[in-house]
Amino acid sequence: MKITVCIGSSCHLKGARQVVEELQYLVAKNNLKDKIELAGTFCMGNCQNGVCVTMNNKNYSLSPTNTKTFFEEEVLTQI
Amino acid sequence: MKKFDTNVQWIKYNVLKEVASLAWDNKLFDSLLDIPTRINPTKKPINRCCIYKERVIIQERVKIAIGGNKQNRNVIEVIDIACDECPVSGMEVTSACRGCLAKHCQTVCPKGAISFDANSRAVIDQEKCIECGLCTKVCPYGAIRQNKRPCESACQVGAIHMSKDKTAEIDNEKCIACGACVYQCPFGAIMDKSYILDVIDLIQRSQNNSKYKVYAAVAPSISSQFSYVKLGQVISGLKELGFHSVVEVALGADMVADLETKELVEKGFLTSSCCPAFVDFIHKFHRDMLEHVSHNLSPMAMIGKTIKEMDPSAKVIFIGPCTAKKMEFQKETVSPYIDSVLTFEELQALFDSKPFELSSLEETPLDNASYYGRIFARSGGLTDAIKEAIVENHIDDFTFKPAICSGIAEIKMAILKYKKGIDIGNFIEGMACVNGCINGAGCLTHGPKNKIEVDKYGMQAHEKTIKEAISTMP
Repeated sequence: MKITVCIGSSCHLKGARQVVEELQYLVAKNNLKDKIELAGTFCMGNCQNGVCVTMNNKNYSLSPTNTKTFFEEEVLTQI
Repeated sequence: MKKFDTNVQWIKYNVLKEVASLAWDNKLFDSLLDIPTRINPTKKPINRCCIYKERVIIQERVKIAIGGNKQNRNVIEVIDIACDECPVSGMEVTSACRGCLAKHCQTVCPKGAISFDANSRAVIDQEKCIECGLCTKVCPYGAIRQNKRPCESACQVGAIHMSKDKTAEIDNEKCIACGACVYQCPFGAIMDKSYILDVIDLIQRSQNNSKYKVYAAVAPSISSQFSYVKLGQVISGLKELGFHSVVEVALGADMVADLETKELVEKGFLTSSCCPAFVDFIHKFHRDMLEHVSHNLSPMAMIGKTIKEMDPSAKVIFIGPCTAKKMEFQKETVSPYIDSVLTFEELQALFDSKPFELSSLEETPLDNASYYGRIFARSGGLTDAIKEAIVENHIDDFTFKPAICSGIAEIKMAILKYKKGIDIGNFIEGMACVNGCINGAGCLTHGPKNKIEVDKYGMQAHEKTIKEAISTMP
């Protein structure tokens, strides 16, 4: 499964780095490195709703504070 | 507020703007020959001796604006009919010579080329004179002048000389495409080839970024340019032009700083990879130093590579102050990552070929890099970044001794010393343009304020360290 995080300027300012780091940490912690591919992209064209994340063709709007909830409720349930 | 430093830039800009606006409307082929009269619809010349010459020169500028002579692999071209064939007679004794008794000029002349006439005034034997300029320096009246063509003075690598018909001629074997002559020729007789049409074509064929996405990778020196509007408005302008997204090349610089630091520690002596004119200078004049050139990509190529790894169908256009980048992106090692190159001058023309006004646009943020990646734009910035990367990588058994070279003259001196066995340190930061990229030939404006602007822009970066900027990428 591929999770793509927007790291364009707008999302970056809203905390894309923290989102990426949190996801990397959670993937490693749950031993999912061979099942989840983390990817980046420069702008998804949906800057108002950053930090933009896509997974299984669905768009999510994350922030550093709700990344863990997203991982638990969306990622772990779909894997 | 003024957009350019010189009238020459203004003339070139008008040509680029006309070419671009016709290209957007797909009317370029039909109207190509009308461009001179579109620029000056009157029958009176604005810049030249007659309207006919003026039109022909504009036509030559159009040729270079649409890509130039395909047979000539250099991106720097001479417009021979625009060249004023400046008279050159080497050293000249002016009427300020008072026929003094000290005769410092004669004493200092290493070739015995100075004698005195019946009035005791200095006379220079042009056959003996080697134009070293020592007499100019010692004369207390400043009476001896060194006449040199501006293009030849600008060229620090001796790539320009006078042809048989007295027009300037570029030796491609020596030219490093730094663009100094382009900016310095007061008649605008030397121009950098433009790929503005390729860029318009890439944008148009993307069909609003639906077929593939077109990315603008902007050099950090952009912060010192377009000073009549806010940087955020320039970024919005790029999106109005049709770019999908704008990415900082400074993020590529952060990556280069990290990698180049590790390479330096491993090899013990290194010369920098970011300035293509400097790298080319070593290739053309100091091949025995090639083993010391960093194997890293330049920040431009690095960010292009990063974008294309994330989006393999992406098209990446580098936008910066540099004419030498127009050579670099065509190299085999770089062409997979960068699709075309524009200068800030060309970007200004692109903006003004469209109906929108930059000053009326909302601001769009630009923030991908750290302070250190951003200050690559000025001399000493790369060195500061390496100092930081040494700390961030916890390297404590290496003493960093940089030789910061601002401009080719300082680079030459450092290499000369190195070859003579004089200790210059273990790292050459080479920038072909004096003060760095902020003084590049493709800049709209050049001046001391540019450095202040770049430093200010650096301080505004969201990420404070190189590692933080890099770790944003999954």
